Amino acid sequence: METLTIKEEQKQTEAKATKSISGSVAVLDALLNENVKTIFGYPGGAIMPIYDALYDYNDRLEHILVRHEQGAIHAAQGFARASGKTGVVFATSGPGATNLVTGLADAMIDSTPIVCITGQVFAHLLGTDAFQETDVINITTPVTKWNHQVTDASEIPAALAKAFYIASSGRPGPVLIDITKNAQLQLFEYEGYKKCEHIRSYRPKPIVRKEYIEEAAKLINAAERPFVIFGQGVILGKAEKEFKAFIEKAGIPSAWTIMGMSAIPTDHPLGVGMLGMHGNYGPNLLTNECDVLIAVGMRFDDRVTGRLDKYAKQAKIIHFDIDPAEIDKNVKTTVPVWGDCKETLPMLTALVESKVYPQWLQKFHDCMEKEKALCIQPEMNPEGDILTMGEVIKTLNELTQGNAIIVTDVGQHQMVACRYAQMNQTKSNITSGGLGTMGYALPAAIGAAYGDPSRTTVAIIGDGGFQMTLQELGTIMQFKPNVKILILNNQFLGMVRQWQQLFHEKRYSFVDITSPDFVQVAKGYYIDGQRISERSELKGALKTMLDHEGSYLLEVMVGKENNVFPMVPQGRGVAEIVLSKEEI
Amino acid sequence: MQKQEFTITVYTENQIGLLNRIAILFSKRKINIDSLNTSPSEVDSVHRFTIVINETEEVVRKLCRQIEKQVEVLKAYYNTNEEIIWQELALYKVPTEIIAEEVKVERLLSQYGAKAVVIRKDYTVFEVSGQRDETDAFIKVLEPYGLIEFVRSARVAIIKASDGFHKKLKEFEYREPSEEVIENEYLDKNEEVFTM
Ligand SMILES: Cc1ncc(C[n+]2csc(CCOP(=O)(O)OP(=O)(O)O)c2C)c(N)n1
Ligand SMILES: [Mg+2]
Repeated sequence: METLTIKEEQKQTEAKATKSISGSVAVLDALLNENVKTIFGYPGGAIMPIYDALYDYNDRLEHILVRHEQGAIHAAQGFARASGKTGVVFATSGPGATNLVTGLADAMIDSTPIVCITGQVFAHLLGTDAFQETDVINITTPVTKWNHQVTDASEIPAALAKAFYIASSGRPGPVLIDITKNAQLQLFEYEGYKKCEHIRSYRPKPIVRKEYIEEAAKLINAAERPFVIFGQGVILGKAEKEFKAFIEKAGIPSAWTIMGMSAIPTDHPLGVGMLGMHGNYGPNLLTNECDVLIAVGMRFDDRVTGRLDKYAKQAKIIHFDIDPAEIDKNVKTTVPVWGDCKETLPMLTALVESKVYPQWLQKFHDCMEKEKALCIQPEMNPEGDILTMGEVIKTLNELTQGNAIIVTDVGQHQMVACRYAQMNQTKSNITSGGLGTMGYALPAAIGAAYGDPSRTTVAIIGDGGFQMTLQELGTIMQFKPNVKILILNNQFLGMVRQWQQLFHEKRYSFVDITSPDFVQVAKGYYIDGQRISERSELKGALKTMLDHEGSYLLEVMVGKENNVFPMVPQGRGVAEIVLSKEEI
Repeated sequence: MQKQEFTITVYTENQIGLLNRIAILFSKRKINIDSLNTSPSEVDSVHRFTIVINETEEVVRKLCRQIEKQVEVLKAYYNTNEEIIWQELALYKVPTEIIAEEVKVERLLSQYGAKAVVIRKDYTVFEVSGQRDETDAFIKVLEPYGLIEFVRSARVAIIKASDGFHKKLKEFEYREPSEEVIENEYLDKNEEVFTM
C-alpha cells in the first residue's frame, strides 16, 4: 500500500513536467501507448494534420495505404481477427468516413474490436454544410459500440484511451472517434497518456454468480444427450483451452457456428461440425433431439436457429454469454450464465462429471455417413470433368495441412470453404458472418497477413465478390503483404442463383455476372497468377500458389450450377434440413 | 402477452448524442415512443430519461437490456403504471373575454385542479398537471369556449419502490464492483427463470 502511494506520487510529479504538443501528435502517441503498430488508412483534407504528424512516426507506426476506406476497415477487421488485437483505421471526413459504414456494421454484428479515427471539418464550421462535412457521429451511431466527437485537443488522450478500452473489453466492437481539424492542429499541455481501465457507466464483465454455474452443472450431469454449440465468444474470450478442457471432461459432442469455427481443431473427436443453414446435417437435426443444449459465446442467429418455434423445444437450454442483452433475446434459457467464458468455463469444468456418450455421439456419426453419401461425396469426388468448389478445398487442405488462415468472402464458396476447410488452430477462419458483406475477403486477408505474418493467408473469393473490392490489389502491389488469392469462379452470383433455382422456378434474374480476365487484372498490378479448369492441374496450381514468394492469384473455374447442400430452407426448422434439391 | 403502457426510466451520463443512441433502439424495432422526457436526476451528474411506450413486457425487457448495453447508460428500469407515480403537465390558452363572461372561473379551477398561469386582456393560460384523463377532461371543458392553443408535456414518473440513485452510483464508481451493482436480474426472478 505504502509503496504504491509513493509510486503514484512519483508518477504525478513526472506528469507535471508537461509539454506542449499538437492534437495530432497526441493521437499518434496514444496509438504507441496502446501498442498499435499497424494502421490502415487513407488521407484527405480534414485528417491532414494527423498524416503530417505521421510523417515523423514512420519508424514506429506502419501505415498501410489502402485503395478505398471500405478496404481499410475490412483490413483492420482481418487484422483484429487474426491477431486478437484491436484494428486501427484512419479516414478523412465526408466521403472518407461514409465509406467506413459497411465495415463498421460488419464489425458491430461480428463483435470485432476496431478503433476508427476520422478527420472532421473545423469545429466552427460544424453544421454549416462545409466542404466534406457529414454528420459522421449520427450516421455511425447504430453501427458503433461507442462513438465520440472531439473538438478540443486536450480531450484527445482521454477519448482515445476510452476508445481502445471500449473496443476491446466486454463484448468487443467498433468505436469511432471523430476529430475536428482545429483539434488536430491545436497545441495543448500534454500530461502523458493514461490508459482507461474504468468507466462508471460501463460494465464490460460481471461478477460471475456461482449459483448459475451450479445449476448448469446439475443439468449437464443429469443429461443423457447433452449437446454443446459454440460461437466466436470462445475465440474473443481467448478461452479455447478452457473450452476444450470442458468438452473433453464432460465428453459432450460440440458443434460450431461459422464464427466459432477453429476455436477447436476441426478434426477434434468431439467436434461434430458446423451449425446453420448450410452447416452439417447432424448438428442441425440433432439440435432437436438433445436434452440439454449448452450454448457458449453464440447469439442464436436466425441462420443458426431456423424457425424459432421449432428450435430445440425439447431441450433445457444453458446459455453462456458476456452480453446480458443476448440472454433470452432469441431463445429462452433455462439457466443463463452471464460472464466471461474464460472465467465461467473452468468453474463449470470443475463441477461436471467426467463422462462419455458413445451412443449419442454415434448418432452424429451416423448422420455424417448419410451426409457423406448424399452431399460430400459428389462434392469431393465428382463424376464429371468439371471441378467442384469442394475438391478445391480438399486439395488445399492436403497442402496446407489445416495450418492456413482461411479468409472467405460471401456466397457459395464461403459455405463450401467453411464446410470443408480443415483448421488446426484458433483464429483460422475469417469471414463476414453476421452481415454477409461481399467484398470483405480481399481487404480482410490483407489485414490478416499483417495480423499474423507467421501464417499463410488464403483468401477464397467468388467471381462476384472479388469485383467488389479488387482495387485492393493495389494495396498488395504497393505494400506486399503475402496474400494467396483463390478465386472460385462459377460465372454466377452463385448463392443468389441457387435460391433462384430452388425457390424462384429457376428464373435467373441478374445473376449471370461476367468477369474480366482476373489473371490479367492481377498482372496489371504486378501480381503473378494463373487460371485453371482441369482436375489434373489443380494440385500443382495450388502448390505453385502456396510456394510462390509473395502474393499470388489463382483462378479456378468450377461448375456453374452446383448447389450447396445440406440446407435448412428459410422459414423451416433445423430438423427440416434437406440433403438435396429433390427434398425441398 | 398483452401490450400495455410501460414507463422506462434510464439513468445516464450527460453526453451529447446519447438521446439519439437511445431513440434509435426504438425506431430500429418500429416501436413508437409515446412520450419522452429528459431531466436531471436526484444525483448531480446523472441524467434521467423517462420514456413511455405501449408494448408487451417481453419487448420492453429486451429493449431495456439493449438500452443498458449502451456505454453511457448506467441503468434502465421499466415499470407498469401501478408501480409508479406519474404526472403530465398541460397548458391551455383561451380567450379571456369569453372565459370571463361565460364561465365561473373559480369553480372551474378548483374542479379540475387548474391554475391560471397568465391572465391578460386578450387571453388566459391555464395549467393542469395530472394524468392523461385529467388533462384531457379539461380540454373538453374549454373547447366550447374557443381553445386557442393546447400543449401537454411528456410524462415524468417516480418509481414507488425505488430508493433513488445515490447509493447505486457509489457502487458504480467502485473500480471493483460490489455484487449488488451487478444486479443479476435472473437471480432476482429465480422461480421464473428455472423451469427445470
Ligand atoms: C455487398 C453485398 N451485396 C449483395 C449481397 C447478396 N449476395 C449474397 S451471396 C451473393 C452472390 C455472390 O456471388 P459470388 O461472389 O460469385 O460467390 P458465389 O456465391 O458464386 O460463390 C450475393 C449477390 C451480399 N451478400 N453483399
Ligand atoms: Mg460466383
